[in-house]
Amino acid sequence: MSATKPAIFNEMLNGEQVRPPYQNLEKWYRSMPAELRSLKQSEAEALFRRVGITFAVYGEGGDPERLIPFDMFPRVMTAEEWRKLDRGVRQRAAALNAFLADVYDRREIIRAGKIPEHLVTNNEAFEKAAIGFRPPRGVFSHIVGVDLVRTGPDQFYVLEDNCRTPSGVSYMLQNREIMMRMFPQLFMESRIRPVDGYAGLLKKTLASVAPQKCQGEPNIVILTPGHFNSAYYEHSFLADLMGVELVEGQDLFVEGDFVWMKTTEGPKKVDVIYRRIDDAFIDPLCFRPDSMLGVPGLMSVYRSGGVTICSAPGAGVADDKAIYTFVPEMIRFYLGEEPILENVPTWQCAKQDDCKYVLENLSELVVKEVHGSGGYGMLVGPKSDKSTIESFAAKIRKNPDNYIAQPTLALSACPTFVEEGIAPRHVDLRPYCLVGETIELVPGGLTRVALTEGSLVVNSSQGGGVKDTWVLAE
Amino acid sequence: MRLSIRHITRYRFDEPVRGIVQSQKLWPAECANQRILSWEVTSHGGQTGAEFVDGAGDMIRLATWRGPLTELTVEVAGEVETSDLYGVLRDHRERVPASAYLRPTRQVEADAELKALSAVALKGMEEASALDRAHALSRAVSEAIAYKPGETKPHTTAAEALSGGVGVCQDHAHALISIAHVAEMPARYVTGYLQASEDGSPHEASHAWAEIWVPELGWVGFDAANKCCPDERYVRLGSGYDALDAAPIRGLVQGATPEEHLEVEVMVNAVQSGQQQQQ
Repeated sequence: MSATKPAIFNEMLNGEQVRPPYQNLEKWYRSMPAELRSLKQSEAEALFRRVGITFAVYGEGGDPERLIPFDMFPRVMTAEEWRKLDRGVRQRAAALNAFLADVYDRREIIRAGKIPEHLVTNNEAFEKAAIGFRPPRGVFSHIVGVDLVRTGPDQFYVLEDNCRTPSGVSYMLQNREIMMRMFPQLFMESRIRPVDGYAGLLKKTLASVAPQKCQGEPNIVILTPGHFNSAYYEHSFLADLMGVELVEGQDLFVEGDFVWMKTTEGPKKVDVIYRRIDDAFIDPLCFRPDSMLGVPGLMSVYRSGGVTICSAPGAGVADDKAIYTFVPEMIRFYLGEEPILENVPTWQCAKQDDCKYVLENLSELVVKEVHGSGGYGMLVGPKSDKSTIESFAAKIRKNPDNYIAQPTLALSACPTFVEEGIAPRHVDLRPYCLVGETIELVPGGLTRVALTEGSLVVNSSQGGGVKDTWVLAE
Repeated sequence: MRLSIRHITRYRFDEPVRGIVQSQKLWPAECANQRILSWEVTSHGGQTGAEFVDGAGDMIRLATWRGPLTELTVEVAGEVETSDLYGVLRDHRERVPASAYLRPTRQVEADAELKALSAVALKGMEEASALDRAHALSRAVSEAIAYKPGETKPHTTAAEALSGGVGVCQDHAHALISIAHVAEMPARYVTGYLQASEDGSPHEASHAWAEIWVPELGWVGFDAANKCCPDERYVRLGSGYDALDAAPIRGLVQGATPEEHLEVEVMVNAVQSGQQQQQ
């Protein structure tokens, strides 16, 4: 790694030249009068308000009524770029599920010495109640959200995996819907792969994991914590698109071998529950006894094969920060393949060679405490002065096991509408991979953009917005 | 030893309730020192449903009652042949790795006092075997918490029991689990029955103790309340992180919750060979 500041990859411009996937859009932008642009921008906002999509992305909290800024300049990926992401994300989703099926069963990966046992079994997200049960098709995480960043023409890194109930997919669908409504011409000029098959694939995925005891067409429901939840809009939106019931815990009950939904025509059996509630709250007779959101007795029905819960209880252990480092190892161990997508390189100061490297390159690295969170106890090398770095080095030398280090990544930038026209702003990407009988991935995902100049923070709570994400056809 | 067990749990409500759901962990598993001769759980007036054996080897069954009802009874009756294995749990089929039992739950989380108790109990025992260390921890709890019913509540934590210095078997088990965790020894809560008196007179609760993981032996039971390891007078029912997780019955009343009255009656009798089970 050199001492020079890494160049930021601009997804539209290569010097003065417009990269091929952006050529149509660049013309579109140049031919758009400024008045039309502001007109369209307020039209987009009105549309978002009308459909009611105002929640915080990724459960970041904040004001649920606040509109997340929508940037009209799409982000584009070529067929070739996507091919790599597509393969890489599917591979990762397969490995994460293989890992989950293993750690709740024979624990081969631990026996083989590839992952330390305590990182798994002593992990807060590891559920004793999931041990010894194989969910239908061995799938634990049915919707895997993989957070990616790009640093070069051919360089993508995985920042984190989300195996529980990743949110934000309704933005992917609505961003497209609204762009198509406002700029139909654009979609005639470019061959953009559709994303609207997502709901159908989600329904197919959920139906494919119906429990043993289900006969005929499975009855699928979405279990929401309720309208006060910041992602409630998404829960009801997906229920509508799939044509399934949106229920709260109080709408369901267990009796005999099954879970039932209260309806005006009497109880109706439920076969698959796509839950948007955390493990701790889904069954007060198994987990938190004070939960009012779940269904008492649900885990007994689940474990005896009367209902499928998506994602499976315990799926969270695969997306933990401490486990992340081992995902490439999982891919090799379970699939016998080399990882297609890279993790952000991480140096573990517990290892002597790593520690030496970290101490020699502190001014370029981000150093984190292994179990720290929220930026506490962290060193951002490029933004720290010499004395801060020196005193931090002393801390690392004293207790190397406690620290890991990563490079400061130069997130790619995409053209984004600003006051004066367009300007590059940093982006990330979350595709949503569906795992059931087959592994499905719609071409696209949610692009988040840091609207503040120079900012690398794409979180909606800190001035982030969203964009439509295009994957071009071959 | 052949033990006959009757365990009756009766709930009464001041107002009729709409319905009740229970998760019952009321079936003892077979293991080297306990053979189940007969066992029956009756949920009077209720409907039983989904059942499964969890990773810890305990059978769990669902029971539901549709209201309105003001009273319900769950009755357990059975006979078990036991022997004394000095507390060692042998040939018990389970799949949960011991390392999963290091988790601090609300009731077993160690405070400074528990940490100190653990350290003092193990002082000078750095080289001692895990079994000796476990015995030392159990002794420390027996000495620090005097057996005295009525002073603690079902939700009392290990830290509270230790600072009060008195408690019942649940509190001893929690404290022992807690200080074992401090010493990085996996430990868990066990429920069951104890033939406490020769005449088999009824008592008002089932029993509980702790198990500590001893690498060379596996799980070993320690009953700090009675200053011993489980022997042939004990029947092991189920396990968990703490009293809540291991509870023989976890239930929930649907709708408005009126005042609830709980009555538990447990009778454990030695059956002479050839003698019929007492009615």
